[in-house]
Amino acid sequence: MVIHALAEAAERLGLYIGQPLANARAMCPDLKVFDADVVADAKTLSDIADWCDRFTPLVALDPPHGLFLDITGCAHLFGGEAALLKTLVRALARQGFAVGAAIAGTSVCARTLTRQASGSIVADGNETAAIERFPVSALGAGEVITTGLRRAGLKTIGDVAARAPSEITARFGARFSTLLAHALGQGDAPISPRKPPPDYIVEKRFAEPIATDTMIAMTLSRLADTLIASMEKQGKGARRLEAAFFRTDGVVRAIMVETGRPVTKSAVIDRLFRERLDALADPLDPGFGFDMVRLSASRTEIVVQEQRDLDAHVHDNDELAALIDRIAARIGGKRVVVHLPEDTHIPECAVMVAPAQHYLAAAMQAEWPARVESEPPLRPLRLFDKPEPIKVPFAAVPDGPPHQFTWRRALHAVVRVEGPERIAMEWWRQDGKQLTRDYFRIEDAEGLRFWIFRDGLYEGEVFDDDGKPASPNWYVHGLFA
Amino acid sequence: MSGARMSALAILRGQIERIETAEVVHRHDRVALGHGEVDDALKGGLARAAIHEVFCAGPQGAAATGFVMGLAGRVTARKPLLWVRQDFSEIETGALSMSGLKELGLDPRRVVMVRAADVESALRTSADALACDALGAVVLELWGETRQFDLVASRKLTLAAQGSGVTGLMLRMAAQPLPSTAETRWMLRAAHSPPGSASMPAAPWDAWGAPRFDAELLRNRHGPCGRWIMEWNCDECQFSEPSTYSQPVAAAPAHRPDSAVLWERRAS
Repeated sequence: MVIHALAEAAERLGLYIGQPLANARAMCPDLKVFDADVVADAKTLSDIADWCDRFTPLVALDPPHGLFLDITGCAHLFGGEAALLKTLVRALARQGFAVGAAIAGTSVCARTLTRQASGSIVADGNETAAIERFPVSALGAGEVITTGLRRAGLKTIGDVAARAPSEITARFGARFSTLLAHALGQGDAPISPRKPPPDYIVEKRFAEPIATDTMIAMTLSRLADTLIASMEKQGKGARRLEAAFFRTDGVVRAIMVETGRPVTKSAVIDRLFRERLDALADPLDPGFGFDMVRLSASRTEIVVQEQRDLDAHVHDNDELAALIDRIAARIGGKRVVVHLPEDTHIPECAVMVAPAQHYLAAAMQAEWPARVESEPPLRPLRLFDKPEPIKVPFAAVPDGPPHQFTWRRALHAVVRVEGPERIAMEWWRQDGKQLTRDYFRIEDAEGLRFWIFRDGLYEGEVFDDDGKPASPNWYVHGLFA
Repeated sequence: MSGARMSALAILRGQIERIETAEVVHRHDRVALGHGEVDDALKGGLARAAIHEVFCAGPQGAAATGFVMGLAGRVTARKPLLWVRQDFSEIETGALSMSGLKELGLDPRRVVMVRAADVESALRTSADALACDALGAVVLELWGETRQFDLVASRKLTLAAQGSGVTGLMLRMAAQPLPSTAETRWMLRAAHSPPGSASMPAAPWDAWGAPRFDAELLRNRHGPCGRWIMEWNCDECQFSEPSTYSQPVAAAPAHRPDSAVLWERRAS
């Protein structure tokens, strides 16, 4: 067992990360030890990243314990870079984190600075001067390279930078020389933000945190107005909206709402969020209040204007789409579905179930196979997803229908039979060997109508362990009206 | 009873009547089902903008589904249908099959299905949907006895339906009828195929025909009750009196030349 992380006091005693625990105990007998929880650490880092969303939408993780924030064009909102850095460090320290932060032109340079000179701000072009006096370990290039550099007598970053790049590449690889170039401000690698930046963002900050439902609802509807106004200028409507609530103690709660059609009315946004907030299994907990609420449209679409007044049909479809959106906001988009026909003979695969929000228009225009005129229904109204096994004592004719069968512990005597209808499995798409089914439509003594099938041809497809023909199984697949 | 009390009662009755009729805009909107006696009992047909309940015992679920689908097919008139059901009901009685719906002569394109996690959300969704006049009908399928569906919930649904003109159909499987504000209440059982005539009794291998329902009208707010055998006619999309033949009589093929014409051609 080795030390994974340690407190400041332990560091002062001379303990270090990677030290065997037994050695550390020998140095400091009353050492308090806890198991490392990498998953919880990652979760904490991601929570902090959520909180950092208040400064910029572009936040990237730098595991195990770093974050990159791209504050290009954001700093002036917080009173300049220095003020932003101060606000951020102070707020995180208040939440109980030990934090080192720095601002620089490139991400690698900023990271190097946080390890050695937290709080510094380096202007563009001054990177080399700023970091050349720091030890090579500050670059974070890995144990092997750092030791190699040290053995070569290159103690500081300035020493390494003084060598010709080709020498460094030849000895330590192209990846390290790129890292060094980025640290020195020669070129920059883009950070990879956790979430794609939303198309439109509006937010409201509060000097005095808000906590009541009415205030939250009012804030949301004001934000919706602003958001709609800015989208309207470009002819866009929102398909996916996210409301993020930033609590004063650093917890961030994000709530998402999706719609089937681009939304262009703030009243609709308002109503969708009201439905969603009402139906939350774990309601919004304001704690000591929210000091910021943000509404963002993460997916937008160009709105096609339609002639509405004359065509009542279009109006009806809009109403239906709006109703589906509301229901989906409350109980989840996967629970509201439409059905699309699939081109197959296998009964359980003939219908595809798709979310109504996205497939409503497709379902309304789907082409279903036509029914045969003046025939009774050939397919059951209720279909079991998994055919249910039935017990058939014997059949009079080997490959004929049964005279009686037991389904769900009740005996059904067969009065009328129609069939068989043979459905062969599709050889071109099946994975394992599937059996041909003979379907019978059956009416029992009570007038109930069943769709049963025998799985496998008699004496043709089903064999027991010795290779002799076995009797096939029977199943109920559906119920007729 | 004193005169003052009588008049107070009369005033109250008048008030209630006004409250009840004020909302009822769609009162006279009725759709004929196609079965003569049933339509007579219903005073012209099934009322739109109201709640109708269909009960059945557990194993009769498919028959009741067919009956509800028939009613929905009659009242929706090319408008969309919202079908609300509980998550687990497809394990109990199978999922509503769109191919089967098509075979009944109805349009699967206009069905939107809601799979609710529990009764509360199913009821709330139905109440919401009933208030949306773009829909033709809302079917709420509930399995088993439910405490949550009481008189208050039923009244809510009725009010929503009256306000918008949407018809609400309740499919209650494996449940006992309880007081509610429904316009009509039915008890459904599957009916046998016709036994055949004396000269030609039906053999086990005789095919059966159109769906048949043994429908008992348990409650009818504006007319008598009764019990009838109703048959669903898949081609005309309406109910009818039971036919004697299990299978429809084949129509004369239109594309074949008449035999007399054929004879003449051969002779010439």
